[in-house]
Amino acid sequence: MTSPHLQLVQLARPSTKPKVMVELTVDGKSVSVPEGSTILNACQALGIDIPTLCWLETLKPVNVCRVCVVEVEGARVLVPSCSRTVEPGMKVKTRNKRVDLTRKLVLEMLASSVDLSTTPGMSDMLAEYDAKPERFGECETVAQPVKVDNNLYIRDYAKCILCYKCVEACGDDHQNTFAIAVAGRGFDAHISTEFAVDLPTSACVYCGNCIAVCPTGALMSKREWDMREAGEWDESIQTSTDTVCPFCGVGCTLTLHVQDGEIVKATSPLDHDITVGNLCIKGRFGWRHVQTGQSAEQMSADRANQSTSL
Amino acid sequence: MEDTDVILLWGSNARNAHPIWFHHLLKGVRNGARLYVIDPRRSESAQWADVWMGVHVGSDIALSNTMAREIIRAGLHNKEFISNACEGFEEYKASVQSYTLEVGEELTGVPAEVIRECAHKYAKADKAMICWTLGITEHHDAADNVLALINLAILTGHVGKWGSGLNPLRGQNNVQGGGDMGAIPNRLPGFQDMMVPAIRERFEKHWGVKLQPTPGWHLTEMIAAMDRKELTALYVIGENPAQSDADANHVQHVLSELDHLVVQEICMTKTAEMAHVLLPAAASWCESDGTVTNSERRVQRCRKVVEPPAGAKDELWIINEIAKRLGKDLNIPDPETVWNEFRTVAPDFAGGMSYARLDEHHGLQWPCPNENDPGAIFLHDRLWKQGAERGTAAPFSVVKHEGPVEKPDAQYPFTLTTGRHLDAYNTGVQTAGYDSPLSRGETLDISPEDAVRVGANTGDTVRVTSRRGSLIVPARIDTGLRPGLVFMTLHYPDDAMTNVLTINASDPKSGTAEFKACAVNVVLATTAIPAHR
Repeated sequence: MTSPHLQLVQLARPSTKPKVMVELTVDGKSVSVPEGSTILNACQALGIDIPTLCWLETLKPVNVCRVCVVEVEGARVLVPSCSRTVEPGMKVKTRNKRVDLTRKLVLEMLASSVDLSTTPGMSDMLAEYDAKPERFGECETVAQPVKVDNNLYIRDYAKCILCYKCVEACGDDHQNTFAIAVAGRGFDAHISTEFAVDLPTSACVYCGNCIAVCPTGALMSKREWDMREAGEWDESIQTSTDTVCPFCGVGCTLTLHVQDGEIVKATSPLDHDITVGNLCIKGRFGWRHVQTGQSAEQMSADRANQSTSL
Repeated sequence: MEDTDVILLWGSNARNAHPIWFHHLLKGVRNGARLYVIDPRRSESAQWADVWMGVHVGSDIALSNTMAREIIRAGLHNKEFISNACEGFEEYKASVQSYTLEVGEELTGVPAEVIRECAHKYAKADKAMICWTLGITEHHDAADNVLALINLAILTGHVGKWGSGLNPLRGQNNVQGGGDMGAIPNRLPGFQDMMVPAIRERFEKHWGVKLQPTPGWHLTEMIAAMDRKELTALYVIGENPAQSDADANHVQHVLSELDHLVVQEICMTKTAEMAHVLLPAAASWCESDGTVTNSERRVQRCRKVVEPPAGAKDELWIINEIAKRLGKDLNIPDPETVWNEFRTVAPDFAGGMSYARLDEHHGLQWPCPNENDPGAIFLHDRLWKQGAERGTAAPFSVVKHEGPVEKPDAQYPFTLTTGRHLDAYNTGVQTAGYDSPLSRGETLDISPEDAVRVGANTGDTVRVTSRRGSLIVPARIDTGLRPGLVFMTLHYPDDAMTNVLTINASDPKSGTAEFKACAVNVVLATTAIPAHR
C-alpha cells in the first residue's frame, strides 16, 4: 500500500530559495550579489577593503561608527556600507575625497577622545586616512579608571568607542542576558550595567561574549589585562589551537591561546555553527584546572599524605 | 531547533547546563516557536517559556500519557504516519485510556487545561521537538520516561523531519562518544550488539581473541557486585564515583573494601585518595589528541594544546603499558590509528570520518559510512518511507506512572531534587579552581513557604537528613520552588556531599540512579558552619 500523502511530507532541510541576484557597480567594477546583501558584502566579494569598527559578521549591524561609509551615486549623504542593502544598478564609490575626509574625521574624533592603544589595526587605519587626532588639541576625553570588580574580566571604558557590539552580544543577538545597555546621551553616552552597579551585583553571567566582540580591548579578560600590565602579554609568540570544551555535551570548539606553554585565553571561531563565536563562563574561563601547576609527583605525594592522615 | 514551531523542554535546565545550545533554542523562540518548559522548578530556562509546567518530581510518564490520551481523544494523532511506520498503537491507546485530564492533573500537579493546551499545540504543530536532559533520565524508571517521550513523538509524527524530533542533551562532552566506542555493557564499538554471534565473530577475527558472550555490568550493578564481594578489583578512569554516585556513604564503603583500586585521574579526587594505585593522566581535552562526540552525534577533534604536568601520561600510553604488563603489546602508536581501527570495525557508522574530513567540516554527524557522505543531520527519516525502505517499524511502548521510589512522608516530608549551577560542573573537580563571581557554594534551596515552616531564612544553617545520610548546609530561599520541593547541586562535595542523601534506586534498563528524587527532612541546625571559601 502506498500513501501519496506521506510522500508530500517535507523531510529535508528546506532548500534556501535560489536567490535573486542584484547587479551593481563598485569603484567601476560590476558585481552580482544575492538580494538582501549589504554594500559591504558586495565590496568583500570584490576584495575591496572597507574599514569597520562596529560591524561584525555575527551581529546585526547597528551602523553607529560611520567609518565604513561609502558614496552612492544620487544619494544626498554618504551611506554606511555595513547596513545599506544593495539595489539594482547602484553605483558605489568606496574611496574618494569626500569618503576619505569623512573616515579621517571619524577616526580623528575617536582617537582624540578614546584610548585606542589596544585596538588591532588602528595605527594602520590612522595612517591610511592621514588622520591627525592631535590637531584637536587638548579636548574632552572619556578617560577614567579601569573597572576591576571581579577576577574574570575588566572594563576599561577609557577605550570604549560605543560600538554597541557588547550590548548586542549580551542582548538578543546571542546571549539574551541584557546585563548592559547604553546609558546617557551625547558625549555622556556610555555602556552601563543596570543602575551602574558593579558586575557581581549585575545580571552578568560572565560568558565573556562581550569580550569576544569588543574591537578595542575595552573589555578584556583579567588574565590578559594582568599580563599586559606586567608587560608580559606578547601575541607574537602565542599559538592558538582548536579543541573541544570539556564542560557539557554541546561540543563548543575552544580555541586555546597559549603563551610560554600556558593557556592565556579561550575563544571560539566566529564561523563555527555551534558557537558562532560564543561560549559560557565554564568554556571561557574554566580551563584553570589544567594549570594548577601541580605535577604528577606532587599529586602522588598529596595522596600519600592524605592516606596517612586517614 | 531554530526552525521549529513548538519546543517541549522536558526535565532540562539548559540555560544553565547547556548555555550555548540554549542560544539556538532562543533563536527558535525569537523565530516564533512556542516553548513549554516541563520542570518541577521554575528554573532559569522556565523563565523563557510561554508556559511553565511545574510537574511533581517523577510524574513525567503521567504527563506524557495524559497528553497522549488527549491527542488521541481529539483525533490529533498522525494516523497515516502511525499506520505506515509504527506498531503497537492499539495496545498503547488502551494503556493511556485511564489517564484523563483530571487524572493527569491529580498525578502531575499541572492544571488539566494546561495539559490539554500543550497536547493540542504539540500535536497540531507542523514541526515540533522534545528536548530532555537528566530530569528525565536520573530516575529509577529512566528508560520508561524516555519511551514515554518517544511515544508522543511517533504518535504525532514529529520525528525524522527537519525541525522536528527527539533531542536528548548529553550532560558531558563525550558521554555519547563513550557509547559510540562500545562502553556499554552489551555493545561493541559502533553500538553493535555483542550478543549477535555474527557480529561477535567479526570482532573476534579482527582482534584475534575469543569474546565472551556475556554482557558486562552497569556502574550501579558494579556497586552491587562490589557489595556482594563478587567484584573485587576496579580500574577507574576519569570518574569520581566516591562523590558522584548516589548514596555516597555506601559507595565509599564498598570502594574501601576492594582488594585493588586503580584510579587514573588528571587531579586529586576523593576517589583518587582511596586508590591503591594512582595513575596521573593527561587531560584528554587539551593535553592529548583524539575525538569526542557531542549531543548531535557530531564527532569532533580535540587536540593537544599544552603539555601535561610533569609525570602525567597520555591515557593511550598508560593503557598500552598496562596491556604490556598483562603480556600483550597493543602497540598503539597514536590516537588517529585507534580511530581508523574504529572506522574499520564500524564502517557503516564512521567509515567516512577520516581525521582530515573531521578537521575540514568542524566535525561530522554519524552515521557517515563513506568519504562522500555529508553525515546525518537528523535520524529516522526512513520512517516516512514505505516498503523495504522504511525498515523496522517504530514501536509504541506501554509505560505506567509510578512516581519516585521514595515518596515524602511524615518523617521525611520534603522531596530533594538535584541539578546544576551555571558556573560549575559535576563534582567540581574541574571547576573548583577558577574564580567564578557567580559561585555561591552549596545551599539547600527551599520555597518561601517551607522556609517559614522550617523557620530558616537565607543564610541560616539547616540540617538535611535522608534515610541514608545527613549533612548541614546554608539554606537559600528560592521562589522558583514549590512547597515540598528542595534543591541541591553535586558541585561542592567537600563542603556538603549531597550524595550521602540521594538514593541508589536505579533503572534496571539503563543503570541510572534516581538522583532527581529522594525524601528528606530539613530542620534548622543549631551549629553554624563556616562560610563558603
